[in-house]
Amino acid sequence: MGRKLLLDKAHIPGIRYYDTYRGNGGYAAAEKALKGMTPDQVLDEVKKSGLRGRGGAGFPTGMKWSFIAKPEGVPRYLVCNADESEPGTFKDRYLMEFIPHILIEGLIISSYTLGANTCYIYIRGEYAWIPEILEEAIADAKKNGWLGKNIQGSGFDLEIYVQRGAGAYICGEETALIESLEGKRGNPRIKPPFPAVKGLWQSPTVVNNVETLAAVVPILNIGGEEYAKIGIGKSTGTKLISACGNINKPGVYEIEMNISVEEFIYSEEYCGGIPNGKRLKACIPGGSSVPILPANLLFKTAKGDTRMMTYESLSDGGFATGTMMGSGGFIVLDEDQCVVKNTLTFARFYRHESCGQCSPCREGTGWMEKVLKNIETGKGKMSDIDLLWDIQRKIEGNTICPLGDAAAWPVAAAIRHFRDEFEWHITHPEEAQVRNFGLAHYADPLPVAAVPA
Amino acid sequence: MADEQKLFKVKIDNITVEVAPGTTILNAARLIGGDVVPPAMCYYSKLEGSGGKCRTCLVKVTKGSEADPRPMPKLVASCRTTVMDGMEVANITSPEVVDARKSIVEFLLINHPLDCPVCDQAGECHLQDLSYEHGVSATRYEFKRRTFDKVDLGDKIKLHMTRCILCYRCVFTADQLTEKREHGILGRGDHSEISTYIEKNLDNDFIGNVIDVCPVGALTDKTFRFKNRVWFLKPMDAHRNCENPKCCGKTVLWMRGDEVFRVTARKDQYGEVEAYICDTCRFEKKEASDWVIEGPRKIDRHSVISQGHYVGTVKPEETIVKVMDGRAPKLLMDIHSVSEVNRPEIDLSKIEGPAHSDDFKTNGVQHQQ
Repeated sequence: MGRKLLLDKAHIPGIRYYDTYRGNGGYAAAEKALKGMTPDQVLDEVKKSGLRGRGGAGFPTGMKWSFIAKPEGVPRYLVCNADESEPGTFKDRYLMEFIPHILIEGLIISSYTLGANTCYIYIRGEYAWIPEILEEAIADAKKNGWLGKNIQGSGFDLEIYVQRGAGAYICGEETALIESLEGKRGNPRIKPPFPAVKGLWQSPTVVNNVETLAAVVPILNIGGEEYAKIGIGKSTGTKLISACGNINKPGVYEIEMNISVEEFIYSEEYCGGIPNGKRLKACIPGGSSVPILPANLLFKTAKGDTRMMTYESLSDGGFATGTMMGSGGFIVLDEDQCVVKNTLTFARFYRHESCGQCSPCREGTGWMEKVLKNIETGKGKMSDIDLLWDIQRKIEGNTICPLGDAAAWPVAAAIRHFRDEFEWHITHPEEAQVRNFGLAHYADPLPVAAVPA
Repeated sequence: MADEQKLFKVKIDNITVEVAPGTTILNAARLIGGDVVPPAMCYYSKLEGSGGKCRTCLVKVTKGSEADPRPMPKLVASCRTTVMDGMEVANITSPEVVDARKSIVEFLLINHPLDCPVCDQAGECHLQDLSYEHGVSATRYEFKRRTFDKVDLGDKIKLHMTRCILCYRCVFTADQLTEKREHGILGRGDHSEISTYIEKNLDNDFIGNVIDVCPVGALTDKTFRFKNRVWFLKPMDAHRNCENPKCCGKTVLWMRGDEVFRVTARKDQYGEVEAYICDTCRFEKKEASDWVIEGPRKIDRHSVISQGHYVGTVKPEETIVKVMDGRAPKLLMDIHSVSEVNRPEIDLSKIEGPAHSDDFKTNGVQHQQ
């Protein structure tokens, strides 16, 4: 049974409410920070913990916090990125819905560390019911002296506001989120300047994901060094994984980052294996934007090591034979699933969500979707596969924000690992239309050497 | 005496230039000039916040700075990336940059027709130049292009969204130059389009500048539209005492004979206006007598507009009289007096478009005066 740090109290009835949360040890970390530690000491603990951003990029949180500019007389802001919109990712929703006070507590500690007196929770528009839960929790926290002026007599002031987004994936990108928060169209800004220097209303701002900010609570509770002992290498602590697709037990799991991918998929504690005894075909372990990995590369790295649920192990081999931890949106595909259709679905999503500011993303995502649709419906040509490869290559790295990369990577990985499935769609147009695949052979692990670089 | 500002040394395509801190790579390259200057479809130095969107100005930073020589991992937008001391940049010397630029052109041409023969912007279109330099003759895009009906944005400006490349320049112009902004980008992704707020027109003292900043033929001047090809006109520098205090009153008159076909702001070698002009100067002063004409505008000889446009030419010395010992040549026959081709009574400047043989027909229909 893995250790739980974020969801350890999730089973307690009424943990959503202040009294229950407080009665079960809640706000102890905030108390510890505000009454007994300086902001620098808290920052030091976060650095020691090795906590990496849980939104997808995996950047060290302590280091990110230390970048914040501290000009005199200029306010600083903390923005909680709750715009969880990546297909396959729904772990922050669980935290906010069932244990909102752990987020509030994390925000108090983080704001105190950063010297921010105003904090915003920018929440995805589609999470229509959660802002009410958060606002209720904020009101309760304020009533009990954890927000507002002079929190618990510490001299620290903090207000938290909940801002609902209008339902645009791009607003999960930190600068687009800031633009949206300022009341403008949610278009990404060109960096530099980075938000740590000029963010919300041109003031120094830190934008962190919900899970990252919530993780600060257990870090202070158990200490940074103890937190760093959990996991492997630079993948310290626990990670929330939202598992879905062809698994017996979809849901949100908190894992210690020291278990193998195979264990995560097949153990009863987590996903519980593939339904109906079907075979595993592929997995997208970090949300729709990360490269899909075929079964033969999922359990073992190209070097033959066991693939672990860590940032390093999942990305081992680069994009040729590896993938990414991403946001932890773990999507499993069984032997009956069509990679081409799956790729088209993602391409359609990214085309729809592109903000349209920069030419490669605006035009390229639409083009990829059209070519993929042709292939998927049996109207494609063999040359379309190379065309598709070329389009994604020309989008990647050439856009203002990472949405272009997010659109390109799934297409690249699908072609890299499942090129013959694309070819099958083209050579068997009629069977492709009725989805009579006959592609079960993909579930059998291929030799690693057969995978093209 | 103030301390002398330390200049940053930057090497672009192996050419070193010293620039003030805060200068962008693009502007540093412009100081060098020539081929090392990256193209820019959305950047406009006069418009705050512009640039970084079209991605045509991507360059490779092969050395970050003297202090941190690591190369930048991705290509960067030269119009928005400031230089560091010791930075080394590859533009046309980087195959990666050239390839990326070629890709951008391909993307831009997906929804921009190369219909230069019928486009009113032909001859002064930045995308036309860019595609000529970086494009390929055939496109790999086989799907239906998006098309739009033409829209009148007021009585002076026509919007043809089919040609728009969403550079945002006109939006920034309206936002920063006029007192009210009534248009912007609607929709997102490949559904984005420039449009006005419901039923609104672009009606403002300076709104005509959106035509000048548009790098393609999406926004055109209805008072000039299809009246003439720019290379048939002679651009003349002119000025007038404009009553609008924000207007510089310095313009370019695009003339044919004494007739003023259109008025634009003066643009520099990178196609950016030197100073904005008001709508009165642009749309309402179409008589030569409204202006003090300074003389022919200097046009880059590589531009199609330089066709038939000679400045500073030296007439060859007349030598016939000299070689004939002072005797004047004897005219045996005046071809013009016997030919029916020449029709001096026909005023060429009144002909819409280039003169054609039909304009000189003696039997039947005469040209329209």
